[in-house]
Amino acid sequence: MAVAAEVETVDLRETPLRELNRRLHGAGGDPLPPRWRVTHPDGAHAVAVGIDAPVEVDVDGHVGYYCAGMNQHATVRVHGNAGVGLAENIMSGTVVVDGYAGQSCAATGRGGLVVVRGHASARCAISLKGADVVVAGDTGPMSAFMAQKGVLVVCGDAGEALGDSLYEAHLYVRGQVRSLGADCVEKALRGEHVAELEALLARADVDADPAAFRRYGSARRLYAFDVDDA
Amino acid sequence: MCGIVGLFAKTGEVQERLGERLGAMLATMADRGPDSAGLAVYREPAPAGMTKLTVFSPDPDEDWAALGAHDVRASHAVLLRADAADVPAHLRVVSAGERIELYKEAGDPRAFVERFDLASMQGTHGLGHTRMATESRVTTEGAHPFSTGLDLCLVHNGSLSNHNALRRELRREGIAFQTDNDTEVAAGYLTWRLREGDTLEQALTACLDDLDGFYTFLVGTAGGFAVLRDPIACKPAVLAETDDWVAMASEYRAIAVLPGAEDAAVWEPEPARVYAWEHAAGPAQVA
Repeated sequence: MAVAAEVETVDLRETPLRELNRRLHGAGGDPLPPRWRVTHPDGAHAVAVGIDAPVEVDVDGHVGYYCAGMNQHATVRVHGNAGVGLAENIMSGTVVVDGYAGQSCAATGRGGLVVVRGHASARCAISLKGADVVVAGDTGPMSAFMAQKGVLVVCGDAGEALGDSLYEAHLYVRGQVRSLGADCVEKALRGEHVAELEALLARADVDADPAAFRRYGSARRLYAFDVDDA
Repeated sequence: MCGIVGLFAKTGEVQERLGERLGAMLATMADRGPDSAGLAVYREPAPAGMTKLTVFSPDPDEDWAALGAHDVRASHAVLLRADAADVPAHLRVVSAGERIELYKEAGDPRAFVERFDLASMQGTHGLGHTRMATESRVTTEGAHPFSTGLDLCLVHNGSLSNHNALRRELRREGIAFQTDNDTEVAAGYLTWRLREGDTLEQALTACLDDLDGFYTFLVGTAGGFAVLRDPIACKPAVLAETDDWVAMASEYRAIAVLPGAEDAAVWEPEPARVYAWEHAAGPAQVA
């Protein structure tokens, strides 16, 4: 199994979490192995947080808070569910969770891509600052609250107060929106939006018809918006 | 901070090991609440015509045998009484009902699990708490769960801001309180609403209007338990369900210790929505 031998496997029932993260941060000075597998996370917090290298990390099981937070360049895949703050403040790279994402998924994310294949809880993409977030299922209440830049795609339904106090993030929802937050309005889905969606869905490997979505954005009545500053 | 755990058994096997499982869950939440711990567990019913009382004695040399204690665990004992008032004045009644038993102490939750021998308890469902005190002192009385009505108890993560005013109103309604703790007021509020004829779901829904503050509640009754988060839901909560059990905890870590957790359906309860599980035909008998 030559391929398996190239994967650096870390069992969190045997290895302390801090040691895993230190190694993922390049402690020791040697080049990082390109592929990692983390087993038995058992809901631990801060798994694979703060990576700044183009490595691939597969986590087998459920993780706790802040998994893959502050991620740069890495691809982190969680084969399970994630707790609060998955990929919080992601800068670049890709974070994918196969199951459910707890609240504040991708909060303040500045770049990169976050994919939730199940549902996402409350406050998904809160204060988004440039990252792209694709949720194959539903999102909970108060999602995209004060989101400034970036894209949130919801293939299922969105909970209450979607996009409350929204700035310039783009929101797309295929299902029902329970309610829109203050200053969030539906806008026309034009050709450039369909193209944006199509590219993002392809990157996220989510099968959905871009034309089936509705677009939501800021009415720009709550903040001092000047189109010349956009 | 504080940690909450709850476990509702759907099978006899989980009932047999309910205390062991809840103890493992509680120990996992020790770092969310290192100053006190408590557990309410719903066990075999008291004989007809009797009330099951859990009492606390501050005296380590308490002569429980002389009181005819049914079961003794550390500073607490279970008494079966035809007259629920038939308790010596120096003992504090921490719970009363047909099935509920309630144990709580200041101190490290992991030590609590050992000291009260949770592993030896069977039961249909139970709920526990690890406390990081905010609203009142670190004492055994201030530890959760709080019980102010028959077979009813509550654990809470959060903080209520209108508990003083509400306590005054509830005292006028005849609800008794033992502490100045905010959570006890929430338990008293539920007791009052249930007394006035609300279902548990109605009483919890009324909390959304009458309680000011932030909270994740886990409420136990003779038949099951229910979960409610405030409309903002800033306090964490995770639910998980398999064919064998329903579990609730502040963090998934506490659920991960349960057999079958990896394949459980896991989700965060929505804000301002009541989730409840009841044993369909009343709690099953526990050996």
